[in-house]
Amino acid sequence: MIISVASGKGGTGKTTIAVNLALSLSNIQLLDCDVEEPNAHIFLKPKIKEKIPAFIPIPEVDETKCNACGKCREVCAYHAIAVIPPADGEKGKVLIFPHLCHGCGACSLLCPQKAIKEVNKEIGLVESGDSGDIKFVHGRLNVGEIMAPPLIRQVQERIDPSRTVIIDAPPGTSCPVIAAVKKSDYCILVTEPTPFGLNDLILAVEVLKKLNIPFGVVVNRSDIGDDKVDNYCRDNGIPILMRIPFDREIALLYSRGIPMVQGKPEYKEKFRAMFNIIRKGRS
Amino acid sequence: MKQIVVISGKGGTGKSVLTASFAALAKNKVMADCDVDAADLHLLLHPSVKERHEFKSGKTAKLDKKLCNRCGKCAVICRFDAIHDDLSIDPVSCEGCGLCSLICPVGAITMKENIAGEWFVSDTKYGPFVHAKLGIAEENSGKLVAKVRQVSKEIAEKKGLNFVIIDGPPGIGCPVIASIAGVDRALIVTEPTLSGLHDAKRVAEVCAHFKVPARLVINKYDLNEDISGEIGLYCADNNIELVGKIPFDRSVVEALVRGRTAVEDASEKVRSAIKDIWQKISI
Repeated sequence: MIISVASGKGGTGKTTIAVNLALSLSNIQLLDCDVEEPNAHIFLKPKIKEKIPAFIPIPEVDETKCNACGKCREVCAYHAIAVIPPADGEKGKVLIFPHLCHGCGACSLLCPQKAIKEVNKEIGLVESGDSGDIKFVHGRLNVGEIMAPPLIRQVQERIDPSRTVIIDAPPGTSCPVIAAVKKSDYCILVTEPTPFGLNDLILAVEVLKKLNIPFGVVVNRSDIGDDKVDNYCRDNGIPILMRIPFDREIALLYSRGIPMVQGKPEYKEKFRAMFNIIRKGRS
Repeated sequence: MKQIVVISGKGGTGKSVLTASFAALAKNKVMADCDVDAADLHLLLHPSVKERHEFKSGKTAKLDKKLCNRCGKCAVICRFDAIHDDLSIDPVSCEGCGLCSLICPVGAITMKENIAGEWFVSDTKYGPFVHAKLGIAEENSGKLVAKVRQVSKEIAEKKGLNFVIIDGPPGIGCPVIASIAGVDRALIVTEPTLSGLHDAKRVAEVCAHFKVPARLVINKYDLNEDISGEIGLYCADNNIELVGKIPFDRSVVEALVRGRTAVEDASEKVRSAIKDIWQKISI
């Protein structure tokens, strides 16, 4: 079973839920798919055993074969290719803008001169290892890179179906979130009872409905704010899986990178109970 | 005219709370919400929408089943897992490269223009405000950010305003890079946690990579003064000016629940900290 943890709004406690759920259960694989700002490793301190660079394919032009016909520019939907036509006896030239390339392969496949081949461009790292009994994988996007989704897909290629898989997703509602939660059987949405938390929860709910993924809500810092998140969940038949009140002790543990179930072991039982609700909901 | 962007790396550190306060403090400015996939600034600025525009961006493949001869070439060449085994197209996964439509031997796939969201120009009691809403599970958030940036800059130039104040998204990827490109200065808001520090470092590296001068604020600095000290050292070592520290105070959330900016409605110590920060970054 694959459970993702997502939120819409950032900083609501996705990593806290993902990490502490993982530590409360057995036979777990945790994938940190927030490749822009991965944080789960701060809490799990895994022993990294393997570091594999992640690539996307980008085009490279063989100038001896290229006749600057412009087909590649014409088929590139992302404006990642420009062509300088031949002039004044100068041979024409193709310019590639790797940051705009999505790696679709159209230019290399459709070049009439077969002058384009694809080369790998590194966009980040996939690191995997162990934290106690937990199998751990995360991606780290290189600074200055924009393409998070291909790296997220490469992290997910590591999914171990023999384990319960927990995915820590990035914040937001756009392509990196879709890439992170798409394969999950259930999604836990973490929110806080503030106008920002509610606004972004509603957006995240719409995404999960569109993707047809069942979900429930965890209300973090549940005693700070108002009751509008509760009312929204009740009116829309969305289960509230767990509430965590604001507690300076929890905030302090978090700040030091200590998982809350280590400082407050009574929460382990609550995380197990939440897992049982999720599991029963599916059977 | 100066463009100032508020970013954080980690989500939920207080970007929008701080940006909304700047709206109340700054004179002669336009506000821009560039967190287009989980926009929240409108909840504090209470805009009345004057202009509403569709954001057309990218294309999505559409299959005409009557023309399809089920050869399956499209599914073989698609790199985004957007064509299922039954040759139906998943519009959420489709990245709009158009390769399937180009190689389909019977012309059964066409590319349809996508409406990926909306953008708005609004009036608020604090002045003009440009904001947007990315469609559910849509792509191209970076391009929508660029649109919001362009429109807000045009308004500032036309009206001779002093500032474009931009609420940025979390993370370090595509929409963040679109939010910081070409701004005069970035303000990084972080919190005194190991995650906050880790993520602030990553986004500071992105600023350095794109040669954007960065300054930094520690929000809720008193939740862990040791880590606040560490963040201060990091700033000193990396030539990033630490422009302020805001204490943790429940009055910030209470103001938020009332739909009011922190600088107008939170406790005196929070208000004076924010005023001080604006003083330092606006000169």
